[in-house]
Amino acid sequence: MAETNKELLVRSIFKRNPITLLVLGICSALAVTGQMSTAFVMSICVTVVVAFSSLTISIVRFQIPNTVRIGIQIMVIATLVIIVDQILKAFYYELSKQLSIFVGLIITNCIVMGRAEGYAMSNPPIPSFIDGIGNGLGYGFILMSVAFVRELFGSGSVFGYEVFKLSTNGGWYIANGMLVLPASAFFLIALIIWIIRFLDPEQQEKS
Amino acid sequence: MVMNSLNKFFLSLKPHFDKGGRLERYYPLYEATDSFLFSTTKSTPEAPHIRDAIDLKRIMITVIIALIPCTIMALWNTGYQANNALTTLGAMPEGWRGAIMSLVGIDPQSLISNFVHGALYFLPIYLVVVITGSVWELLFNLIRGHEFSEAFLVTSLLLPLTLPPTIPLWQVAIGTSFGVVFAKEVFGGVGKNFMNPALACRAFIYFAYPAQMSGDKIWVAVDGVSSATPLGAAAAVQNGVPTQALDITWWQAFLGIMPGSMGETSTLACLIGAALLLITGIASWRIMLSMLLGAVVTVFCFQLVPDPPSALYALPAYWHLVIGGFAFGLVFMATDPVSAAQTQTGQWFYGLLIGFLTILIRVANPAYPEGVMLAILMGNVFAPLFDYLVIRANMKRRTLRHG
Repeated sequence: MAETNKELLVRSIFKRNPITLLVLGICSALAVTGQMSTAFVMSICVTVVVAFSSLTISIVRFQIPNTVRIGIQIMVIATLVIIVDQILKAFYYELSKQLSIFVGLIITNCIVMGRAEGYAMSNPPIPSFIDGIGNGLGYGFILMSVAFVRELFGSGSVFGYEVFKLSTNGGWYIANGMLVLPASAFFLIALIIWIIRFLDPEQQEKS
Repeated sequence: MVMNSLNKFFLSLKPHFDKGGRLERYYPLYEATDSFLFSTTKSTPEAPHIRDAIDLKRIMITVIIALIPCTIMALWNTGYQANNALTTLGAMPEGWRGAIMSLVGIDPQSLISNFVHGALYFLPIYLVVVITGSVWELLFNLIRGHEFSEAFLVTSLLLPLTLPPTIPLWQVAIGTSFGVVFAKEVFGGVGKNFMNPALACRAFIYFAYPAQMSGDKIWVAVDGVSSATPLGAAAAVQNGVPTQALDITWWQAFLGIMPGSMGETSTLACLIGAALLLITGIASWRIMLSMLLGAVVTVFCFQLVPDPPSALYALPAYWHLVIGGFAFGLVFMATDPVSAAQTQTGQWFYGLLIGFLTILIRVANPAYPEGVMLAILMGNVFAPLFDYLVIRANMKRRTLRHG
């Protein structure tokens, strides 16, 4: 592996983005992108979980028997997710309530498993940790982009601050109700994939 | 004379647009203008020199002709409903429409006044759809080197007919952009759309701006007049017979003299269009018949429900067929040859599913008064599956027979 640590960190944001190229972690990208604040917290949680699960799994990778490796990976990931979930509940109860089940569902987020299985199992701890952070950032980048469009045009605000005054509130902007529905994230992610593959034709699938 | 010299002029321009010419990139644009004005200059270079008289262009033009009765009815009824409300109020419309209507006069009895007033609402929406859609088509066709097709003419006429007259034009533009790009162009353009593009446009506007697409304030083009569509009125009945809540007779509903989406009100106009489509063999009679059957059977099933939670359960089938967009969807939307099922057996299942879903959404879901749009989009999604199953079953039968 000739990648430097910097490459490991940056490549997952654009070149090998977990959402747009590997198409993993779509479920939460649809569910929590209605507001930027929830998307932001979710991005941080996933980044922390991916980074530390990759680190932990990489450290013990020679001790893990090949036949039960998935179970052990899941145990590491689940422990981390529960820790994150409990911290959110203890210190940011409101946010934790908004994110509801989706923090718990990070366990099943394919990005975490994908990095553990695809990178951490066969690489040393430090690169694995950086790779985890990079993938978390790539995930967060897409989440924040989608959430920005959805919150701005769907609710007229950014991070809860009013940008467009809504017509229901005596303003001029008629909110786009479609963007409030999770299904709209499908179209936005598709658009982002379209743009990225247009800018970087290498990512296009051969037909 | 003029056309002749124009034709010569176009032929003289042709080399520039052909392969290797200076303007080769813009060939789709040249081809579109040329074939719109003149017959094709193409001839088959090798035998057999047989051409089917029915090509894509002919099919699309026939559909447009079939839509003429609905369009005429849309113009008249939109104007009539507005004039009627204005006469009752004793008011004049505001703005530029008021300026024109003060010249024509507001009179629900006058054919001309109704047509002009309706056109003042229909034409701006139609123009916005045509212009927005054409810009997207132009962009994609130039990039991909596709030729223009008349298919968008049909989409652009179908969409305004399914919209309420009061819809803001910018919403129409956004909806059209979404439908044309996401339902059609990203899948490869004309003939590759798995959903009906006009319905995708409408569905987008419906979900994005529900306040402008549903309710009882939008169907008559007069400010502040609230007039529910018959379907909405029937859905609002708490208990009793839903038909008593309707202030129109069945014949009025059949002719289309009621508030609603501009081109969808008249079942008669849709039937005239259906006759043309069936005679020319463009629309599938299997889809029309099976959708009708599916709906009627579902209505009977709902009528059997004891102690129904809403009065719509008891609405008889002959009413279901003439109110809302059922007839329009059945004739023009469900039968779209690209997004419908292709196999004959598949078409039966496809139609039955749409008919069943339409009534299910109408009757059982109080949030959506009308179900045709969503039912047809759902049917479009399932159409390839039906085809696949029919083809698999056929293969299996033949393997068993022939070994």
